[in-house]
Amino acid sequence: MIKSKTKILQLTVTLTACAFLFVPIILSVLAGVTANYFQGISSGFTLKWVFRVWELYADSIFLSMRLAISCLIMTLIIGLPAAYGLARNPGWLSRLLEEFISLPLAVPGLALALALLQLYGSMKGFRASWTFILVGHVLYTMPFMVRSILAVLASIDLKTLEEGAATLGASPWQRFRDIVVPNAMPGILAGALTVVTLSIGEFNLTWMLHTPYLKTLPVGLADSYASMRLEVASAYTLVFFVLIVPLLMAMQWASARAQRISQ
Amino acid sequence: MTFRLTNTAKTYPDGTRALLSTKLTVKNGEIVSLLGPSGCGKTTLLRIIAGLETPDLGSDIWFDEDNVTSLPVERRNVGMVFQSYALFPNMSVRANIGYGLKMQKLSKPEIEARVSEVLEMCQLQKFSARAVNALSGGQRQRVALARAIAPRPRLLLLDEPLSALDASLRESLRDELAVLLRKFNITAIFVTHDQDEAMAIADRVAVMSNGRIVQSGTPEELYRHPNSAFVAGFVGNAMRLDGKCTGSILTLEGGGLKLPGEGSGHNVFVRAEDVRIDDNGSLCGQVETITFLGTHYRIGIKGITPNLLTSIFVGQSAPKFGQSVKVAIKPEALILLPAGEI
Repeated sequence: MIKSKTKILQLTVTLTACAFLFVPIILSVLAGVTANYFQGISSGFTLKWVFRVWELYADSIFLSMRLAISCLIMTLIIGLPAAYGLARNPGWLSRLLEEFISLPLAVPGLALALALLQLYGSMKGFRASWTFILVGHVLYTMPFMVRSILAVLASIDLKTLEEGAATLGASPWQRFRDIVVPNAMPGILAGALTVVTLSIGEFNLTWMLHTPYLKTLPVGLADSYASMRLEVASAYTLVFFVLIVPLLMAMQWASARAQRISQ
Repeated sequence: MTFRLTNTAKTYPDGTRALLSTKLTVKNGEIVSLLGPSGCGKTTLLRIIAGLETPDLGSDIWFDEDNVTSLPVERRNVGMVFQSYALFPNMSVRANIGYGLKMQKLSKPEIEARVSEVLEMCQLQKFSARAVNALSGGQRQRVALARAIAPRPRLLLLDEPLSALDASLRESLRDELAVLLRKFNITAIFVTHDQDEAMAIADRVAVMSNGRIVQSGTPEELYRHPNSAFVAGFVGNAMRLDGKCTGSILTLEGGGLKLPGEGSGHNVFVRAEDVRIDDNGSLCGQVETITFLGTHYRIGIKGITPNLLTSIFVGQSAPKFGQSVKVAIKPEALILLPAGEI
């Protein structure tokens, strides 16, 4: 009897918490597919607001995709060799560098954006191009990529593995390609998904760096909240969810996997 | 391949001299073991031979008529078995063994054929598709060996290949390794701190201490004619008989002993198997420790030398603790080494 009482209590608390978290989401999603939100659900369901979002903000969606993929490529090109270098040369200098790379984690996005604007704001072409936002995103996501790869590399005896490959005739480049990259793969995957998810969802820094012609998905969201009818803004949220939730889930899975391997 | 190394030394940037100027020659097909306690420089020497460590200026390493001193490791064509095996976790057993062949740019069918041949030689056919993480310690060791010899290296190097295995497995794999190395008919150098391992596998053993080779010879030579107290002690655990030599008589706490020759200026050593408990013995002591080891007893006797004198006793009725015993040592079993050398 006592057992079932505590069970009921547990269930109630859990359900209440779930409701607290999910009801706003459900309401928002419902608003996005309701014909007229002020009349309520009785006005019927429609996808017209979703199409309207597509009409108005398709550019934002494509810009965010382009930014996320470019950001991923940049963080891979810079982050993988950086993590490899740090893993191969442990020491105080490497630790210092690692902290330095991680600095954007601690500095607010706004401050980062302000610094970029101060430095490059006067370069007109660059300031107005999407690559300016890309620089901000790369800065902001780099620590996630480096740390995620570094954690996996630190857990394997990289030096001996590479020496083994070297005695078998592998050149430094072949060792990197055949031994380092495949063994770092779980970390690369986890880092890549984190970078893409963060880049798509980043608002702070992007809002500071964007121009009226360059609105990313979250900036567009803010814009739609401020200037569109509620149904459109809600439909926007729905689109955003559809894009980000699968990524988020994939990221969770990849991070858990990388962590398991590095233990 | 004949391997030759002269004047080779290694000094670390902090001034530590890991290896003093060393000379080593290994004949074609010979299996040489570098034996020594940890920190004696044996692994450093092996890594210099492999090309994983840069020796000091003036060092010279020759593979037959090629001077490889400045050749990077990947172009020396050596095979190496690492202490931790260093198998690639991202590859199957087959891919691990084929990696060196791939680096030599052999054709696919050629690689397949050679890998199959090596797999069979090392009795690994059953495991060829497995991931290396799914292998036992002994199987990993064989994969590491197979991977090292598959590209037909000029020289095979083994760094403590058995030390990662547990004791019961080590002995059987030791004999297996000795057989395999002979089967490959390859010039090999292998590092170990275990004298039994060195003796069981190698044609010739080079004993190392404090960064230099102290003595090199066949296992029998080292065992019977050590040139220093260190070799006598490290190979076969010879005990020093601490006493006073007058002519060819050695006087110990427990009595006098006849030496094979002039004893003054010499230190005298003996091995436990040559210390016999015998009623007609000239030495007298008391049993202090008795250890039963299955095939024999190890008996520690006090009162003859300042330390316990160990005797191997084969037989049913071992002496009891505290019992007074007579001990005999044949003069020819004694090892005389000039005093003053350490």
